[in-house]
Amino acid sequence: MTDSIIIDDREVPIAAGQTIMEAARAAGIYIEHLCYNPQYAPHGSCKLCTVKVDGVMQTACTMPALPGQVVECSSPELEQRRETLVEMIFAEGNHYCPFCIKSGNCDLQALAYHLGMHENNFNHRYPVRTIDASHSDLILDHDRCIFCGLCISASRDTDQKNVFAMAGRGKATRVVVNSDSGKLGDSDITLDDAAAHICPVGAIMPRAGAYATPIGERYFDDHDIDEIDNASGKL
Amino acid sequence: MEVFKNTDLQAALESALTRVGSTPQDALQVCLHMQEQLSCVPPAAVPLIARALGTTTGHIVSLVSFYSFLHDTPRGLFNFYLSDSISDHMQGSRQRLQQLCLALGVQPGEPRLDGRVTVTPTYCTGLCDQGPAGLVNGRPLTRLDEERVNQIARLVEDAKPLDQWPREYFRVENNYVRKDRLLATPLDRGEALRIAQSRSPESVLQEVERSGLTGRGGARFPTGMKWRLCREAPGESRYVVCNADEGEPGTFKDRALLSDYADDVIEGMTLCARVTGAQCGFIYLRAEYAWLQAHLEWVLARRRFDGLLGENILGDANWTFDIEIHLGAGAYICGEESALIESLEGKRGVPRSRPPYPVSRGYLGQPTVVNNVETLFAAAHIAARGSDWFCADSPGGSKLHSVSGDCKRPGIYEFPVGCSVKDIVQAAGGDGASAVQVAGAAGELILATEFDRPIDLDRLKTSGSFIIFGPDHDLFTTTANFTRFFAHETCGFCAPCRTGTQLARSVVDRMAKGRAFGRDSDAIDRLINVTPVLSHCGLGGSAMNPLRDLRDKCPQRYRALFCDDETEVLHFDLDAELSEIQSITGEVAGGERD
Repeated sequence: MTDSIIIDDREVPIAAGQTIMEAARAAGIYIEHLCYNPQYAPHGSCKLCTVKVDGVMQTACTMPALPGQVVECSSPELEQRRETLVEMIFAEGNHYCPFCIKSGNCDLQALAYHLGMHENNFNHRYPVRTIDASHSDLILDHDRCIFCGLCISASRDTDQKNVFAMAGRGKATRVVVNSDSGKLGDSDITLDDAAAHICPVGAIMPRAGAYATPIGERYFDDHDIDEIDNASGKL
Repeated sequence: MEVFKNTDLQAALESALTRVGSTPQDALQVCLHMQEQLSCVPPAAVPLIARALGTTTGHIVSLVSFYSFLHDTPRGLFNFYLSDSISDHMQGSRQRLQQLCLALGVQPGEPRLDGRVTVTPTYCTGLCDQGPAGLVNGRPLTRLDEERVNQIARLVEDAKPLDQWPREYFRVENNYVRKDRLLATPLDRGEALRIAQSRSPESVLQEVERSGLTGRGGARFPTGMKWRLCREAPGESRYVVCNADEGEPGTFKDRALLSDYADDVIEGMTLCARVTGAQCGFIYLRAEYAWLQAHLEWVLARRRFDGLLGENILGDANWTFDIEIHLGAGAYICGEESALIESLEGKRGVPRSRPPYPVSRGYLGQPTVVNNVETLFAAAHIAARGSDWFCADSPGGSKLHSVSGDCKRPGIYEFPVGCSVKDIVQAAGGDGASAVQVAGAAGELILATEFDRPIDLDRLKTSGSFIIFGPDHDLFTTTANFTRFFAHETCGFCAPCRTGTQLARSVVDRMAKGRAFGRDSDAIDRLINVTPVLSHCGLGGSAMNPLRDLRDKCPQRYRALFCDDETEVLHFDLDAELSEIQSITGEVAGGERD
């Protein structure tokens, strides 16, 4: 007999050491997320994968799956909170969907569609953030950053370069570059690094190839985000 | 702008490395020592520090940009922080800040061009019963009335060294207004340790468990269970941490305990070490209390000399335990135990994902007990005198309250757990009080009609902050102060707290200007519904309490904050739009500090 948990009335088998997110994915159940990527240790910061485990709110990506857990995942109450949270994330940064290079391939945008967000009811903050254009092949555009930490993990764990770090506090939170000048151009990152392509929202983008695929023919123009892991896994 | 010579940077770094160490874990303490010498951690020093510690530049930048008391540009020769906590606020801290800035010709937070002085508002400095209060070069300033501020401005202009300032400016009083069994009966030095030595660690642990003692920092986790979980967790080494990051606005009882009862607190740590098998402990002292460090170092040294700390405690070859003091650097979030551990490890104070909890994987991944100052203080008394003695008046024992605000006798009150809000208000002479904020910004607003509520484990938890509001106090100013506090102190790790506190703050700022609308009311309702539920830790969990309480308990006041007329130019704020040009032309635009 295998161990299992219940996710929204469905019995889901679990393996030792799995998180709820991993067990759900293995069973083909999609749980909303932005900062989670199966290749890396969970970050647990976006909180979109928050589920109710035996009555207690937990992030599915960090919570170990234990036999007998009853997990509430897609109740209207939780979905509504996720939708609000996506609005809050949009309001925080500067997200120019209509002309963004990433439009149609962006996890944040796709999640907004997935959750039925049609407008933003929060006042946008319009923070003043800079663009680091010091690298010959890559652009680091802080306007779009959602602080998911995936570039940090990818550079450290896959590329073995450790190019990025998270700095600042609160609204001044930002990704910084590990180089003496703090500029991307003075770091070791190259175009073929995993970190150059992992960003779910287009804060780190290759310079070449922008708009090669017309808007309207991009991945999420035809697919819902629940069909795939995340934009970076697909591209 | 001062430019540092490379040789000066090298020299400062050498000195910091010698005093602190040269591993990546030492990064925060190295930065603090660099700043002590250079008044900041200049960007040019970042690569040098990173190389010396074998870490990345991003790591060093991440610290300097995270902690409020670390700076990347030079501070003034006299570096002031004035408390803007609500209780100081009620004593006129805002006016004193303005007065000092005007007298010295500085903008808040900006060093004067001649490098003489910096005046920065900060949140609670833990001196709320003798405010308006602040710090200058790390030393406490109390009772800053108009006259005193004028004198101080003169001393600064004369560049008088702090040692030549009137001593009463720095005098901190520990006002124990009501002592109960813990404060009234201090332990003899080593008393609890000698009793513990005569019993097995297991029986000491059982005594603490029997007492029902719970965490005095506010979370109220059973202390005995915490010690047992740590004792029984597998690990190579164990750690005991005293959480002296007393950051909740309005609380100052830990400051008093560390001044007058440091032996009892350290005794509690030493007992915990005996129970858990820890050999190493830390006191994590908030930056605002750095002036207590010398005293604490002296107490530690004396206890080592007396055989109460260090190797062979009380001559027992199997009892070795020593304590190091780690300074914080201005971050409320580090009062959260896992964020505190991150900070101890020389990182930004970002709370960890739990499980695992610190009792099984804490400092350096090893089982760790993190206890509040007062918890350790109480544990020492329990070990010495027994749980029956501790619980004689109340099943929960007794609890310290830091009382400030509109009352005749602000100070520290020890009451049995379960006393009512009214008991404390009356004892403090808070006649006619309209409300009390129990447990600080993260706590709850209690209206006069609720003053019969008991303060205990289940119904009204508290960290010990107790701020009394008189009949004339506008409770919205409290809501606004606390909401801005959370926006300033959120660590920024998780989206619901980082974004939610910013959005709430922007609404509160507009409320203050009479520019909030029905749409903002909806926004607040949604934030109250989302941020506390989805947040990573207790900060986000309580960040919306001030707005929630105002909305639910003072509906009239709350509704009056919103404009009825939706046809006005909705969110267009002429003053804000013109602020940039006004700052260029020299007209001063009104504005709140960040």
